[in-house]
Amino acid sequence: MSEQSAHRALGLTDHEFDLICEKMGREPNGVELAMFSLLWSEHCAYKHSRKLLRNLPTDGPRVVMGPGENAGAVDIGNGYSIAFKVESHNHPSAVEPFQGAATGVGGILRDVIALGARPIAILDSLRFGEPDTERTHYLVDGVVRGIGHYGNCMGIPTVGGEIYFEPPYEQNPLVNAMCVGIARTDEMVRAAAAGAGNKVVLFGSLTGRDGIGGASVLASAELDEGDDAKRPTVQIGDPFEESKLLECCQELLAEELLVSLQDLGAAGLTSSAGEMASAGNTGIDIDVGLVPLREADMEPFEIMVSESQERMLAVVEPSKVDAVLALCTKWQTASAVIGEVTDSGTFRILKHGETVGEIRVDDLVDGCPLYDLDPEEPAGWTYPNRVTIEDEATPSDITLSLLSSPSIASKRWAFEQYDSVVGSRTVHRAGAADAAVLNIPESGRAIAISIDGNGRRVACDPFQGTIEATLECAANLAVVGAEPLGVTNCLNFGNPEKPGVAWQLGRAVEGLAEACRALEAPVVGGNVSLYNETPQGPIYPTPVVGMVGELPDPEKVAGENWQEGDAVALVGPFDPSLAGSELEKQRGEIGKGLPVREIGPVKTAIELVRDAVRSGGVRTATDVSDGGLSTALAELSISSGIGFEGELSALIARRDCSEDDALFGEGPGGFIIAGEPAELEKLGGQGVDFELIGEVGGNELVITAGNSRVEVLVEEAAAAFDSLEDRIESDQAGLTH
Amino acid sequence: MKWGVLQFPGSCDERDALNACRIAEASLGEGGGSGGSRLVWHEETDLSGLDGIVVPGGFSYGDYLRAGAIARFSPAMNAVAEFAAGGGPVLGICNGFQVLCESGLLPGALLTNERTRFICRQGDLIVGDADSPFLSELEAGTTISIPFKHQSGRFFAPPELLEEIEANNQVAFRYAPGHNPNGSLNDIAGVTNQAGNVLGLMPHPEHAVEEFSGSTDGLALFRGPALAGANA
Repeated sequence: MSEQSAHRALGLTDHEFDLICEKMGREPNGVELAMFSLLWSEHCAYKHSRKLLRNLPTDGPRVVMGPGENAGAVDIGNGYSIAFKVESHNHPSAVEPFQGAATGVGGILRDVIALGARPIAILDSLRFGEPDTERTHYLVDGVVRGIGHYGNCMGIPTVGGEIYFEPPYEQNPLVNAMCVGIARTDEMVRAAAAGAGNKVVLFGSLTGRDGIGGASVLASAELDEGDDAKRPTVQIGDPFEESKLLECCQELLAEELLVSLQDLGAAGLTSSAGEMASAGNTGIDIDVGLVPLREADMEPFEIMVSESQERMLAVVEPSKVDAVLALCTKWQTASAVIGEVTDSGTFRILKHGETVGEIRVDDLVDGCPLYDLDPEEPAGWTYPNRVTIEDEATPSDITLSLLSSPSIASKRWAFEQYDSVVGSRTVHRAGAADAAVLNIPESGRAIAISIDGNGRRVACDPFQGTIEATLECAANLAVVGAEPLGVTNCLNFGNPEKPGVAWQLGRAVEGLAEACRALEAPVVGGNVSLYNETPQGPIYPTPVVGMVGELPDPEKVAGENWQEGDAVALVGPFDPSLAGSELEKQRGEIGKGLPVREIGPVKTAIELVRDAVRSGGVRTATDVSDGGLSTALAELSISSGIGFEGELSALIARRDCSEDDALFGEGPGGFIIAGEPAELEKLGGQGVDFELIGEVGGNELVITAGNSRVEVLVEEAAAAFDSLEDRIESDQAGLTH
Repeated sequence: MKWGVLQFPGSCDERDALNACRIAEASLGEGGGSGGSRLVWHEETDLSGLDGIVVPGGFSYGDYLRAGAIARFSPAMNAVAEFAAGGGPVLGICNGFQVLCESGLLPGALLTNERTRFICRQGDLIVGDADSPFLSELEAGTTISIPFKHQSGRFFAPPELLEEIEANNQVAFRYAPGHNPNGSLNDIAGVTNQAGNVLGLMPHPEHAVEEFSGSTDGLALFRGPALAGANA
């Protein structure tokens, strides 16, 4: 293969190849071309999204580290920071679900470890096709086991997440993993090489041929037929190695032995060493002959681009090298000095002292052209619709149908496969959790974490849908009394070179920026996953928003355990509409557009609920989300085992909406609060819409809305809500550990 | 009382167990929790000065062969065997229980869960009638709520051994009716050795020692030996 066609096979365009030649003043050799192809890939260079991302708000008084570092971090007081980031591992999981998901978790953990933080929580946001096909069963089974395998073995609790099932994800599932860690702020390390003459130490697993080209081949191109052949590009995870690596890093940092630290992820050594040199404005020499290998006969280019997991790169002062290697030996992890920081501004690859590649750091890391998108709003709805509910379904039938809808139904069967308590921080709450709450004795407070993103609603209206996802996170935090500190996000979209997808991406980023600005929640990091499409078309545009908040008292969080006799109120500017709703999906009527809702009043309602929960007066709270009011009320009944009777005529009158809208409509800004009537009344008259809608009691859920009436036994509702496990449980015994 | 909590490469719950030991100490007024409890590295062999040992949960050495099968050969476990033979209290939790069974310090074995999957859930346990310092604060027949999380927690013993365990009152905990998550024989969640000073259980008492976790029922196990005066 000539160099001319080699660059195309590696994913570079002719224009990009010419630019490389121009910058180097010659054609790159094989090693150099391999390195360029990875760092100039979409996955590493963000070449189609970087310009858009510049519009996100990234500053705030609590921000310690923002975008550009391995992960973002916010100050939580008393000398501590919380580091967090969400990242995708979609295409590897589509090709090999168990290892794809496992290494997705492993990778995001290392991003947080590299900051000098100890991971304390994992959350996952997953998307699959409808759960009635063999492929979906296979993917769900593998992904859930893979996440559990890695997190459980590492001893990091998986404390929350969400799973949606929609047809556009059938061939291209989404696996987004978020990690949250804690660090002493003054001990956090940046990934910048410094000090010419300092040594570069590689430690962790041996370097093998796994994952070669993962970033360019898998992460930056559409999925296609025959992707089984790409399985060798999926990395293999070993959580035991990472567990040792974590403890080793923690000791290395505690002993103050490192100048800087960086994990090896996509594009392996090329990316880690290149980015370290770039961030530190230095040069770097790497001798591939010194890299501890799993297979002896690896070529220099293979060593430079290998994506073998569980490896870290550190810059160390010469006098401390022996101590670093000794600690690695203690933790039974391989280590070697493989190079040196220089002041040349050049990334030099050597093999036993002989130069085999030489690239200017700037050209490699920052030289990739950034592309403007060519957006065009599609004229109509471009995704398939299908009818799954009968025309004559009664409101009671609809309620049960919504509760058993895969995206709404209980995911307990999945979350019970994850260790959620290790680390002794997880705050126990009755009923399903809107947000996870972790005790932080280091700061004397607690943090709450939420992750959300409804791709269907974003497909209806990327701007409004992304605002809603962000507001949903903030609402989830509010019901546990938490205020937002920072946001991370993962933008999962189709091929940005297509005008329709480019439009979705642009509008979604605008929505994210607007919502984060309004909530004063800076975006401190994130990840972009493009080319999520197959010959069947693109996925729903899916911005996944992860939000970290803070609360003063982990003992004062609301749950979903209402009591017999509690009064129930609806609070907030909630103005329900069937547009983009779960019911509209079941009716096969999804179309373009969502009603516009102002952020301001929603924010005010969020703050009111947060303060009420913090005061201790509100013990039961949840926000109205997928499936609307009937679903939210049913879920509260199911989690406590006690029914409800109420009516929605005031809501119908106030919003001038239909009965279906009131019962099943969706939209931001609705909270259900239950408790002593006197406590609830305190929420009225504070500038936020408030109305009592009923009372807790009995064994039946009864909701009247004009001439419509839902009458469902709590037991029936629970059976519907718990029906997903049987539908999805695959009988494959699978890998066990 | 000074606890030593073993730390293998791959341990997960060792800091949580140490935390539980310290909270127990503090609750007993022994130095406000700042006493000499510490982690014991897997290569250590000197346990002198320690009054009790916890073999914690996790995946010792990765557990790629069989849970606990490698850890039993560690230098620290040799020392623990001697410590136990001298009557010292030893608590094995989850992977620690597996390690103690592999070591022969406890009877029986832990097999892969009936449903083969990892399961994490808060569950009820009924206190057995074993005579053990760890149970000194717990009355036989009462129910406690603590979380369990494991993939290989199905207690198994051949019929004669199972009979012997029951006849000798070596059952420390049983899963309450409807709470057996893994298919354990006789609903057994934890057993002791014949002397009672070694106790292993699959559920995690160290994750039920603080109010915010929803239960403090696990604390009793860490207070038990001190209350029983069972120092080595």
